[in-house]
This record gives sequence, C-alpha cells and structure tokens, in this order.
Amino acid sequence: MPKANITFDDIGKTVSVPAGTRVIEVSERIGAGILYGCREGDCGTCMMQVLEGRDNLTEPSVLEEKVLRENMANGHDRLACQAQIIGDCRIRPA
Amino acid sequence: MAAADAMTDAARHREAVAIAPGVHWIGALDPALRTFDIILRTEQGTTYNAYLVRGRDGVAVIDTVKAEFAEEFFARLESVADYGEIRAIVLNHLEPDHSGALPELLRRAPQATLYISARAPAILNGLLKSVVPRPKPPLVTVKTGDSLSLGERKLRFLLTPFVHWPDTQCTYLADEGVLFCGDLFGCHLCDGRLFDDRIGEFWPAIDYYYAHIMRPFAHQVREALAEILPLEPRVLAPTHGPILRERPRRYLEHYQALARRPANGPPRLAIFYISAYGNTAQMAEAIAAGAGEADGVQVSTHDIETGETAAFLDLIEGADAVAFGSPTINGDAVKPVWDLLSSLATIDVKGKRAGAFGSYGWSGEAIWLIEERLRGLKMQLPVPGLRIKLIPSTEEIAACHAFGRQLADSLVGGPGSARTLDLAEIG
Ligand SMILES: Cc1cc2nc3c(=O)[nH]c(=O)nc-3n(C[C@H](O)[C@H](O)[C@H](O)COP(=O)(O)O)c2cc1C
Ligand code: FES
Ligand SMILES: [Fe+2]
Ligand SMILES: [Fe+2]
Repeated sequence: MPKANITFDDIGKTVSVPAGTRVIEVSERIGAGILYGCREGDCGTCMMQVLEGRDNLTEPSVLEEKVLRENMANGHDRLACQAQIIGDCRIRPA
Repeated sequence: MAAADAMTDAARHREAVAIAPGVHWIGALDPALRTFDIILRTEQGTTYNAYLVRGRDGVAVIDTVKAEFAEEFFARLESVADYGEIRAIVLNHLEPDHSGALPELLRRAPQATLYISARAPAILNGLLKSVVPRPKPPLVTVKTGDSLSLGERKLRFLLTPFVHWPDTQCTYLADEGVLFCGDLFGCHLCDGRLFDDRIGEFWPAIDYYYAHIMRPFAHQVREALAEILPLEPRVLAPTHGPILRERPRRYLEHYQALARRPANGPPRLAIFYISAYGNTAQMAEAIAAGAGEADGVQVSTHDIETGETAAFLDLIEGADAVAFGSPTINGDAVKPVWDLLSSLATIDVKGKRAGAFGSYGWSGEAIWLIEERLRGLKMQLPVPGLRIKLIPSTEEIAACHAFGRQLADSLVGGPGSARTLDLAEIG
C-alpha cells in the first residue's frame, strides 16, 4: 500500500501512514494540538493550517468548503476530520 | 452609611460602575453560589462581570451574565446606555455563565453586531438553536489583530484559544490600557467593592480558580501570556471576581509562575504502581532499573496506595513519561489507580509518553483498560502494555527491564524519538 509522511509542526513529529488515512486518525494518536468537536465535518473545530503539500490532501467536499467558509478559514485551512492524506504534507492547528 | 460609601459597594445598588473613562462594569453579583461548573467550590460566591465601552460612534457590550442574573445586568446597562446605542456585542467566550443573557440582549438590541472568535460560530449555534424565535444577529468572527472601531477608540482582539474554551479571546481597549480578559486572571469571589485595591488579599481564590479551570491548559496559558505581556495592560477586567488595577503586572507574573513549564532538567519518567502481593511492585522496580540504564533519564517510582494525589499530579505534570501499574482485581484496575487516572484531566498530559503494566491471575484486563484511558487522554504509548501472570520469572523481569528501557529511550533519542514514526507504532 502506498505510504505518505505527515508532519505535525506544533509537536515536531512526522508519521508515515497508509495513503487515504484521515488526518484526525493520526493527530489524535500522536497528541498533536488539533482539536475535535463533531468529527464529521460540521462544527469547524478541527480546522488546521496546511503549511506544505496542500495538493497531497484529498479535495475538500462541498460541505467542507461551506464549513470552512462559515468559519472564516483562509485558503490554507482544512478540516482535519475530513482531509485524507495522499502524499507528504506538513500541517499545524489553525 | 454615606451615599458615597453605598455607591462603592455594587451590592447596594443596580447601577453601572465606572472603571475608566467611558468604560463601565455592568455585571451581576452572585453571593449565594456554592458550586460552579460542578467541579469548583465557591464558598465566597462569584460575580459575572460584563462591561460596556462607549465611543463617539456607539457602545460595545463585552460579555453578559448567567441567565438568572440577566435582570441585574440589564438594570446596570440601562443606567449608562440605551439599547439603541449598542453597536457591538463582544463575547470573549461563549460559556453560559457569560452568554446567558445574550438571547435577551439580542432581542433588545437587534441592530447590534456580534463579535466572536473564529472558533465560536459552532458553539453559538449550539447555544441559540433552542431559542424561539431563533436570533440571527449580524455576526463578525475575528482573529488576532482584528479590531472594532467605536469612533475615536478601538477594541482590538487577541485570540487566546483554550483558556479555557476553544473560542476564548481577549479584547483590548488600548487608549485606556484595559484588557477584557475573560476567565483569565479571574476568581470566584463576590465582593461588591469590585476592585482589587479595595478588597485586599485574595491570591488563594486566584490560585484555586487557576488550578481548576486553567491548569489543564497551562500550555495555552503560556501562549496567551506571550500575547498579553507586551501590551502592558493597566487594568485587567476579568469575567469573575475583582477588577485588577493595582500593579496589574503582578497578576501576569503570578500566572507566568503558575503556568511555568517544568524546569528544563533531564527528561523524567515517573512510575506509579499499586500492589497487593508485591508482584506489580516487583515489576515497577525492574522497569525503573531498566529505564535507569537509558542515558540521562531521571526515573522515580511511587506507590499510589500511600501517596497524595495532589503531589502525584505535580509530578506527572513535570514528567515527560509516566507508567501506571495495577494488578487486575475483579476484571479491572483498582480504584486508587482510577482515581489518579481520572484526575489527569485536571492537568496537561496530552502528548506525554505513557505505558501500563501489572501482574494478573487469569484475565489481566487492568492493563488494557489503563492503556485505553491513557489513549483517551491523548498520551502516546510507545511501548505495548506489559502483563505478567502472578509472580514474575527471571525472563519476565528482563521483559520489565526492556519495557522501562524502551519507554526511557523514547525520551532521549533512542529508537522512537525524533525519527519518522509509523502509524502502526503509535496506535
Ligand atoms: C469547565 C467546562 C469545561 C468543558 N469542557 C468541555 C470539553 O472538553 N468538551 C466538550 O465537548 N464540552 C465541554 N464543555 C461544555 C459542556 O459539555 C456543555 O456546556 C454542556 O452543555 C453542559 O451540560 P449540562 O447542562 O448537562 O451541564 C465544558 C464546559 C465547562 C463548563
Ligand atoms: S471535528 Fe467538527 S468539523 Fe472536524
Ligand atoms: Fe469560562
Ligand atoms: Fe466564566
């Protein structure tokens, strides 16, 4: 299975994960500072800032786009409970 | 009593109290409150502090009060402003003790724009969804550096997330140096004299409040202080307890001390255990010995049965890794272990290394249950839990050594520290 590295900038840790893993699954286990509410793309609590590798995350759904807009996200922000890792990236809590 | 004295005690009137030119306290006193948020005792009651700032172009209300105290809040507000003048309502966080009067305030001042942090809309929805008819106030979500102009003066926002809700922010009125700091620097103390210099000594109330509300977020408190200190505020206007205006730097420094990162010594591993027949104790000893072989890790062991939870929490807060040992009794870890584990929510343990171990007779559930709890606390478990059936053999003691060594190595660049981790290892 293809693997990808995700780096959590706030805690300085890099994890190698199978492609397709959601950011939430990794960040919770490694203790990164992203916070979660609903876990289903609704509340916007899990907003994260993508520092590198924006194209290495799955495209946001229409719903995620809407939640990001409502939460005044900027172009580098994604929901960690939604975004799936498909290539190397570096992120931090928004 | 002279009228002047009566006016200096907010318990004797229902008017606003000036705290700076064009700035008033419009909060409410709750002298009878005896517990707060379930977890705090409040033998001195509390206050819900709300504020009103007047500028040439209108008025901003900063925070409200708990719903039951709305009437007192509105009476004080009406003594200094008309509802039609309110341009802005700022909520520094949405906890119900400060947002309780919001629905009614929105009804009375429908023209007012709500200013909340970018993390707050979801929480706002949760609070307003049951209000009929549902208020739909004009809404602005703010980030650090954004400001709100009232004409000649400005309110500036600083996001200070998680001290203690996700949406927490502070609001700064630069021309008077007043920082509306939300629950930061607050305490549960109901005294109608309102100002620190009139009240005297209340450090214990501040410490108690910090310990129960802020301590789990020590890291975020440090980040908030880094934003606040350079402002050199002349008045700290918190949402509970006295307004702090006598050498306010004292309170900032006090918070710095309370939230201080444990001293930069060698990495520390603290091992906690409890043992009925000495088997889990033997494991703890061997784990400590193994960990001691890792270069530069300071190891300590503690018998949960005879120690004090408060002292243990201090130790764990300062440790980089923790291990918990319990025998399995009736299919579970024993109560003193759970008591300690449940207290961990009052300190900041996220991301620390942790491990579980214990002796068992036939089923050994304690270890898995402890591990589950540690994961639930978002601690990292670099080494799988270690269970040993009844009395440890020589080989099993060696396994304890290895367990301790691996846990310690994960702190000092041995296998498991800076390198890329695999997802499978951290689950
Ligand atoms: C001190 C405090 C801490 C809280 N922490 C959390 C939290 O970590 N996660 C969460 O989902 N809600 C948290 N909440 C929100 C409460 O769960 C929410 O206000 C709930 O509606 C309270 O329910 P109750 O009315 O039954 O007391 C917290 C509330 C308080 C007062
Ligand atoms: S946790 Fe609610 S949107 Fe991700
Ligand atoms: Fe609060
Ligand atoms: Fe509060």
